[in-house]
Amino acid sequence: MARLLEVRALQAQYGPTKVLHGMDFGVEEGGITTILGANGAGKTTTLRAVCGMVKTQGEITFAGARIDGRATESIVRLGVAHVPDGRGTFVNLSVEENLRLGAHTRRDKNEVAADFERMYGYFPRLKERSRQQAGTLSGGEQQMLAVSRALMLRPRLLLLDEPSFGLAPRIVQELFEIFRVINQADRVSMLLVEQNAAMALRLADHAYLLETGRVLISGSAEELGRDEAIRRSYLGY
Amino acid sequence: MDVLLHQILSGLATGGIYASVALALVMIYQATHLVNFAQGELAMFATYIAWSLMQAGVPYWAAFVLTVAIAFALGVVIERVIVQPVENAPILSVVIVFIALLVILNSLAGWIFTYTIKPFPSPFPSAPLFGNSYVTSHELGSIGVTLVVLVLIFVFFRFTPLGLAMRAAAQNPVSSRLVGIRVGWMLALGWGLAAAIGAIAGIMVAPTVFLEPNMMSGILLYAFAAALLGGIDSPGGAVLGGFIVGVLENVIGSIIGTELKLTVALVLIVGVLVIRPSGLFGKVLVTRV
Repeated sequence: MARLLEVRALQAQYGPTKVLHGMDFGVEEGGITTILGANGAGKTTTLRAVCGMVKTQGEITFAGARIDGRATESIVRLGVAHVPDGRGTFVNLSVEENLRLGAHTRRDKNEVAADFERMYGYFPRLKERSRQQAGTLSGGEQQMLAVSRALMLRPRLLLLDEPSFGLAPRIVQELFEIFRVINQADRVSMLLVEQNAAMALRLADHAYLLETGRVLISGSAEELGRDEAIRRSYLGY
Repeated sequence: MDVLLHQILSGLATGGIYASVALALVMIYQATHLVNFAQGELAMFATYIAWSLMQAGVPYWAAFVLTVAIAFALGVVIERVIVQPVENAPILSVVIVFIALLVILNSLAGWIFTYTIKPFPSPFPSAPLFGNSYVTSHELGSIGVTLVVLVLIFVFFRFTPLGLAMRAAAQNPVSSRLVGIRVGWMLALGWGLAAAIGAIAGIMVAPTVFLEPNMMSGILLYAFAAALLGGIDSPGGAVLGGFIVGVLENVIGSIIGTELKLTVALVLIVGVLVIRPSGLFGKVLVTRV
C-alpha cells in the first residue's frame, strides 16, 4: 500500500544556499515517522518543504496527489497541519480565537464545537485561559495551544517541529502521551522532528537520521534506538 | 455657551468623517505597517463616481450603495494588481507606490471631471431637525451614518469568522497560511473595506467641503492626526481619535481663527509623537517567550 506521505529526491534552498540535497522519506497511513539530526541538519526545512513554505525540487505526494509547488494554504486544506518552529501563536488574539482559526477551513459547526471540548480536555490549562491574550501564555502553554490549533483542522497528517523545545520534562512527557492518544484514537499520522531522540524514538515507528540535508540512516524506530553505535555517535544518549 | 455647543456638535460631525478615514488608514496599517497616502484620494474618486451616478439620474441612496460597492471592488483590484506585486519590496518602494496612486487618482479626477468645484447633494432635509439651532440635519445625519458604519465594521471584525481571519492574516500571515487562510485575498478584502469606508466618508463630507479633486487632502491630514492620537495600531482608538480631533479642531479653530485650523492637526501629530508615540490606546504588546 502506498504511504500517506511519499517524498522523493527532495531538495530545498533559501536563496542560493542549498539546505536539502535529495531526501527520500515517507509516513505510513496512521504511522509516526521521526526525523532526527543535529542543529542545522535540515529538519525544520524538511517540514517547511512538505507544506510549501520554501522553494523545493523533487516529488512530494500526499494521499496520492502531488503537492510540491502548491501554495501552503492549499496543502493545509488537504489535511496537513503544521506545528511550526517557534509555535506560530497569534499573540494578539485570545486563546479561543487561536483555536477558532485552527478550524478556519471547516464548516461542520457542531463537530468544531465538540473538538473545542476535546482540546480543552487534553489541555485543561487552555480552558482556564481561553479568554486570555495568547501572547501572555507560558512557553509550555503556547506549545499546547499550537498543537491544539493544528488539531482543530482535523488533519490527516500532523507535522511537529520540535514540540519538546524549551519545555519542562514533565510537560514534554504529557505532550508525547497526548500525541500517542491522538495517533491511536484519531488515526492522525505524524511527521515528528526532534532533538530529543530518546522520546521521539519511543513514540515513532519509523526513523530517519539526517546529516547536512541528506538521509544518513533510516529504519524502524526500534532498530535505530537499539543500535549502540548509532546511538552513541549520532543521537547522543 | 450656545456657540460652544454648536462648535462641539459640528465638530462631532466632521469628527465622524475623520474617524472613518482614520479607521481605513489603521486597517491598511495593520496589514502593511505603512500609511496609505492614497486613502483620501480613493475616497475623493469614489465621491465623483457617486456624483456621476446621480447626474445620470440614479436616486441618492441607490447611488450611495452602488458607489460603496464600486469603491470596494476598486480597493480589491488596486491591492491585487498594484500593491501585491510590491509586497516584499523595500518600504520606500511601497511608499512611492502609495504616493503615485495619490497623484494618479488626483490627476485622473481632474482630467475626467475638471477642477471646477461642484456642489454635492445631502440626503437630509435642509430644515434643522427637531427645530434646534445647534446642528444642521446634514451634520446630524452624517454622525448617524458614520456611527452605523463604525458599529457594522466592529461587529464584522469582532464576531464573524471572516473578520477573525482578516485580523489573523494582517497580524501573522505565516501562521494564517498554516491554518489554511488565503492571506492574499484577506489583504485584498481589507483594502476593499477600507476603500468602501472612505467612500462613505467622502460622500458624507462632500456637501460641506464641496466636490473637487483636492477635497480630501486636509481631511487625510486630520485623519492621520486622529489615527496617531488614538494609536496607529488601534482601530477603536483611531475612531475615538477622529471624534476628539474633530471637536478640538472646531473649538480651537473658533477661538484662534479658522485660518489656523490645520495647525491644530499638525500640533497634535507632533505632540503625540513626542509625548506618547503609541497614542492613547496603542496596545503595548505583552509577549512571553
